Amino acid sequence: MSKLEYVRKMALMGDEAVAYAVKQADVDVIAAYPITPQTIIVERLSKYVADGELNASFIQAESEHSALSICIGSALAGARTFTSTASQGLALMHEVLYIASSMRAPIVMAIANRALNSPLNIHCDHSDIMGARDTGWIHLFANNVQQAYDLTLMAFKISEDPDLLIPVSVNLDGFILTHSIEPLEVLLDEEVHQFIPHEPYPHEIDFGNPLAYGVMALPDTYMEFKRQFQEAMLKVPEVFHKTTREFYTISGRTYKSLTSYFTEDAEAVVIALGSTVETLKYVARKFREKNIKVGVLGLTMYRPFPEKEIVKVLENVRCIAVLDRAYSYGGVGGPLYTDILASLYKNGMKPIVADFVYGLGGRDFKLTDSEEIFRKMMKAIECNGFERDIYWWGVKE
Amino acid sequence: MTTVEKYFKTISDVPVEDYFAPGHRLCAGCGASIAIKLAMKAIKSPTIVVNATGCIEVATSMFPYVSWRVPWVHVAFENTAAVASGISEGLKILNKKRGKIMYDVIAIGGDGGTFDIGLQALSGALERGHKMLYICYDNEAYMNTGVQRSGATPIGAVTTTSPAGEIIPGKRERKKDLIGIVAAHRIPYAATASISHPLDFINKVRKALEINGPTFIHVITPCTLGWRYPPSLTVKIARLAVETRYFPVFEVEDGRVKINIRVSRPKPLEEFLQVQGRFRHLLDDRNRDVLEALKKQVEENWNKLVKLEELGVYI
Amino acid sequence: MAEVDVKKIARGDFTWRSLPLAAMIKVPTSLEYKTSDWRIEKPEIDQSKCIKCLLCWIYCPDMSIKRLDEGRVEVDYDFCKGCGICAEVCPTKAIKMVEE
Repeated sequence: MSKLEYVRKMALMGDEAVAYAVKQADVDVIAAYPITPQTIIVERLSKYVADGELNASFIQAESEHSALSICIGSALAGARTFTSTASQGLALMHEVLYIASSMRAPIVMAIANRALNSPLNIHCDHSDIMGARDTGWIHLFANNVQQAYDLTLMAFKISEDPDLLIPVSVNLDGFILTHSIEPLEVLLDEEVHQFIPHEPYPHEIDFGNPLAYGVMALPDTYMEFKRQFQEAMLKVPEVFHKTTREFYTISGRTYKSLTSYFTEDAEAVVIALGSTVETLKYVARKFREKNIKVGVLGLTMYRPFPEKEIVKVLENVRCIAVLDRAYSYGGVGGPLYTDILASLYKNGMKPIVADFVYGLGGRDFKLTDSEEIFRKMMKAIECNGFERDIYWWGVKE
Repeated sequence: MTTVEKYFKTISDVPVEDYFAPGHRLCAGCGASIAIKLAMKAIKSPTIVVNATGCIEVATSMFPYVSWRVPWVHVAFENTAAVASGISEGLKILNKKRGKIMYDVIAIGGDGGTFDIGLQALSGALERGHKMLYICYDNEAYMNTGVQRSGATPIGAVTTTSPAGEIIPGKRERKKDLIGIVAAHRIPYAATASISHPLDFINKVRKALEINGPTFIHVITPCTLGWRYPPSLTVKIARLAVETRYFPVFEVEDGRVKINIRVSRPKPLEEFLQVQGRFRHLLDDRNRDVLEALKKQVEENWNKLVKLEELGVYI
Repeated sequence: MAEVDVKKIARGDFTWRSLPLAAMIKVPTSLEYKTSDWRIEKPEIDQSKCIKCLLCWIYCPDMSIKRLDEGRVEVDYDFCKGCGICAEVCPTKAIKMVEE
């Protein structure tokens, strides 16, 4: 291994990898409130600041609500801003999430996905982020520690793009990624600085050209402002792809809004978010060795929803299993499932689809679970349907 | 911005320029608008205002009509101190890293946004020690939503959620000691003020802005709608609040109390109460106990301040 | 962010494209919003009685008492809402509220 290769290799926990990326991004303000399993991120960052390795203002707020409010203030002041939370913390931020996006405050937030109370549970699921799904943020999901690092860096570039100025969340599965040590390859500081140089916030606070931010709009204009925001959201894919292309040139790592494995000729595809995609990928490879045509589709970008890319991948697929690590209680099914159903219907597609609600509160999703779901899908193709539309996977009945 | 003396001795010293613009939609005779106008006369260098949801916010920012001549930010109701913290720290680090100019940060919230829903964010900001001035304009109820009780509403006062009924004669609880809570954070400067005493108030704002740390001013602002009196009496009622010792005007500098307006011969509290519809029922014999309770609280508050000032102890 | 044409917006002459991004608007703009029609009574100043104490100026909630040279004052009727505070605080009763 050459010296350069040596400095690029690291073994970090997901939380540490995020913190390392944030340090390299030379953020100006970090405002956060500690919550398991995010704490390591803010601990590492405060240490970087204390050691003078990162010249930033580290603010430990008295709540997540205030943490994100501080972030809006610092972003409008023109500071590169980072925060991080999980679970109840994200729920407490809820009100401010909408305001951050609709005020067009570029902020990057790492979310260590965790279940919501009650009963109290600190382990992984996606109920937290799904509650924040429609808040106008760009939501990215990491499947492994390398992606958590890479997406954090790219998140700054996407969020601060002058055409967007939209906050970005980088989601990593609580404990499964946040506390797992994985090998990863990092960029050099200079490479990061070139990739995300500090550009002034185009609407930053200026006494000479005073602006009002966050005014009141009555019914005569409010809807126009919302329509305007949706237009910005429509520009996200283009900026995302531009960013990933540029990232590829410095890292050699390819990113798309979707991660698809063996989907080209797949008869059955499992769709999931986060670390589960890695498990599914491993099992799919085993099935492929036995010539069973299964594929895996992971969403790196969940909002805006990559509808067109998804339906393209699913075009010739006969059977789909959607894995939801959250649920819409009293609704049609899990949130990912309903998004997929809507996309299929809009595009006139009618494959066999079922929702697998799994892993709530950190319940393990094992290789055997994955195998069983693949087998169920093959059976569903044979029988032209699943036994039911929604499975609560692994629940003791 | 014209360069002015650090403090103002007479009203004619006060700058002509207004950074609070007309065309706002606050009620005729609004006490809060006087407070904000006066506060903005005290700014000394580039300043940004952060405004909590409330009367001042909605009435000065109804798109496309904005009544500010400085950068102005509104985010939500309960987080104004937090947003101001972020702006203050953002500017500070950008000044250090990339030479951006520094601004004075003034956060403005009503009593609802400060005593109640914003108290946690305020406490956090004060404890963290950011350079910012927080001004609470206190009209003693949620006026923007139609006069509901707040933690600042005094005992006996009528609001739409503490009405005077057959059994319950208005609000039953005492007013929260906000400045006591604020001073307990041991911030460098906290003060109360009344719009009836503009020089005292403007100079306090100026003094607070000179300090490199968190500062706080609590200003009493009568509300014609909620206190139920004719709009022309706003200043008179604010003065009566001071002259009856209902609202003591003092400052707490580095933890030590100093009474700024010494009321040696207070006017009877009834003079303050009788001009306001919200208190009129207290003058009825059957509510004598409530009136006495209010009087007792006013007396206790004043005596405490006198004692603290005499002793020179840190609070 | 661009200065907006407030009059055009008030007329309803805008689209989502033409409105400023996220309602970030160059200030002040409320000078276009005259509040004079809120008034029932208007203040009139008897300059012969004015002692130039500036109390009306300092207390006006609507920045509607204009301070001229040497402490002289006049009313800006564009924004005066007729609250009567100026008349109330005037120590020489130089300001009277009269019906519009």
